[in-house]
Amino acid sequence: MSKTEAAARLAVRKTYKLYIGGAFPRSESGRSYPVTSSKGEFLANASKASRKDARDAVSAARKAFGGWSGATAYNRGQILYRIAEMLEGRRAQFVAELAEAGTKKAGDVVDAAIDRLVWYAGWSDKITSVAGAANPVAGPYFNISSPEPTGVVAVIAPDEPLLGLVSVIAPVIVTGNTCVVVASERAPLPSITLAEVLATSDLPGGVVNVLTGSVKEIAPWLAAHMDVNAVDLTGVADEDLAITCEQAAAENLKRVLRPAAADWYADPGLKRMTAFLETKTVWHPTGV
Amino acid sequence: MTSSLADVASSNATLRAFLHGLPGVDRVGADQRAATLGTRSIKTTAKAAAIDLAIRMVDLTTLEGADTPGKVRAMCAKAVHPDPGDPSVPKVAAVCVYPDLVAQAVESLGDSGVKVASVATAFPSGRSSLDVKVADTALAVAAGAAEIDMVIDRGAFLAGDYLKVFEEITAIKAACGEAHLKVILETGELATYDNVRRASWLAMMAGGDFIKTSTGKVQPAATPSVTLIMLEAVRDFLAATGRKVGVKPAGGIRTTKDAIKMLVLVNETAGEDWLHPDWFRLGASTLLNDLLMQRQKMATGRYAGSDYFTLD
Repeated sequence: MSKTEAAARLAVRKTYKLYIGGAFPRSESGRSYPVTSSKGEFLANASKASRKDARDAVSAARKAFGGWSGATAYNRGQILYRIAEMLEGRRAQFVAELAEAGTKKAGDVVDAAIDRLVWYAGWSDKITSVAGAANPVAGPYFNISSPEPTGVVAVIAPDEPLLGLVSVIAPVIVTGNTCVVVASERAPLPSITLAEVLATSDLPGGVVNVLTGSVKEIAPWLAAHMDVNAVDLTGVADEDLAITCEQAAAENLKRVLRPAAADWYADPGLKRMTAFLETKTVWHPTGV
Repeated sequence: MTSSLADVASSNATLRAFLHGLPGVDRVGADQRAATLGTRSIKTTAKAAAIDLAIRMVDLTTLEGADTPGKVRAMCAKAVHPDPGDPSVPKVAAVCVYPDLVAQAVESLGDSGVKVASVATAFPSGRSSLDVKVADTALAVAAGAAEIDMVIDRGAFLAGDYLKVFEEITAIKAACGEAHLKVILETGELATYDNVRRASWLAMMAGGDFIKTSTGKVQPAATPSVTLIMLEAVRDFLAATGRKVGVKPAGGIRTTKDAIKMLVLVNETAGEDWLHPDWFRLGASTLLNDLLMQRQKMATGRYAGSDYFTLD
């Protein structure tokens, strides 16, 4: 018997699946698509979500909305901060994945994403004071305007695998909305790794649902879905597709956010949070 | 066989001999058969037809301690016009309420053609004397119920006192008069599929017009496997006696997909003759909204939202 070398250990590669309702299912359609690095090397197969996965994600988001919007602002802030903590712990993994996706200075990007989460976490119990008001009225009433979450938000994430993704998810959920996110089509892998972070951050299942696949295929279904209350078209690059989505969204008067190209390193401001808030005004009689 | 069936109920011993002489149910086989039929893909025009048929088969049900005349009125309105914005949606088959609310339901439904069904016989446990059960039934019938959903005495059935169950069903059938009698087996409490088959035959021999899986108060309720066994029983009973009996799965059917799976089971087991509201019903409350949402999805091409449908 000839002398044999110890067999080289086989790497255990990760299966990238979807993130719906706190679980990681494969696409209902059974489809996947190859994801390549910026140099064109094969990285992994990502699930290619169908409209039915989008539908399931919307029902999961709807189911989670009551609990999440009813949680205290303090609690939501804590959970966002927890996400930042978990992201910090996986820093090396994200740096490696972003580098493969072609992101320059990946370390700085991960740091910026963590800081962005901490920044939004701090806003959870302050946004009400800034976006709400005690209005002076000519009568024996207190008149109070308070911002309320819109509901289920469909988010088409920009092609900026981590920082852009975090920058669109955090402002939506910090105010109590739940969301269905369609990740960057070109570089979807960090979004699923981010989903693993979310799943271990005390974030209730269904608050964030991540779909990977063709934006062109899924976005119109989400924009037309009658149980979706708002759409964020940040990541829709194609002008015609954006118009189609806006038209579909008009059917049940969804809120639509379609910002101009953003610099993700800049101070985000309050716009993304206030875009998905609705103002409730209450008249309350004063004790005479 | 008809003549021999007549003698079966002469004593507990003959009943037991007959019921235990029924072929046993292969649990694994039944589960697998039901699961396989559940994978049928029903799309486009067939799906549209199935949704409308399922709506026509719904027994819209409210069986809560908190039921009020107002809730029953609202449910009756929904039974007649399930989707007020779309007059092409068919009416449901019946509404199902507790006996004291039958009069309210009869008044609300008027001559709309939707029937009023009432549960009776100390529903849902069935734990009372025969006199009370008969009186309960008479109350519902007097108030105008066209269909009575009775529960069998599961305690007596499981103890082997088949004759008591048989005679109870016969007595309630007599109390029903013109009204249709649906016999609830409460399969979730019968423990085995063999018992489901035996209880189905017992209920049909005693004169039940329908056999119904569950009260909806016990889990598991209307599973596909149990429905399959009951559909086989009505098919075999028709072959043996020439009398056709209906089937009503109730409880746990919440989605259009579940309902369409049931219709496939009916078609493949009992046959197309049963695909009619006279012979197959779906006991449900939340199912109707899902059917309406699927119907709207097919009409408009966009997924529907529950905000646009009435709460039950």
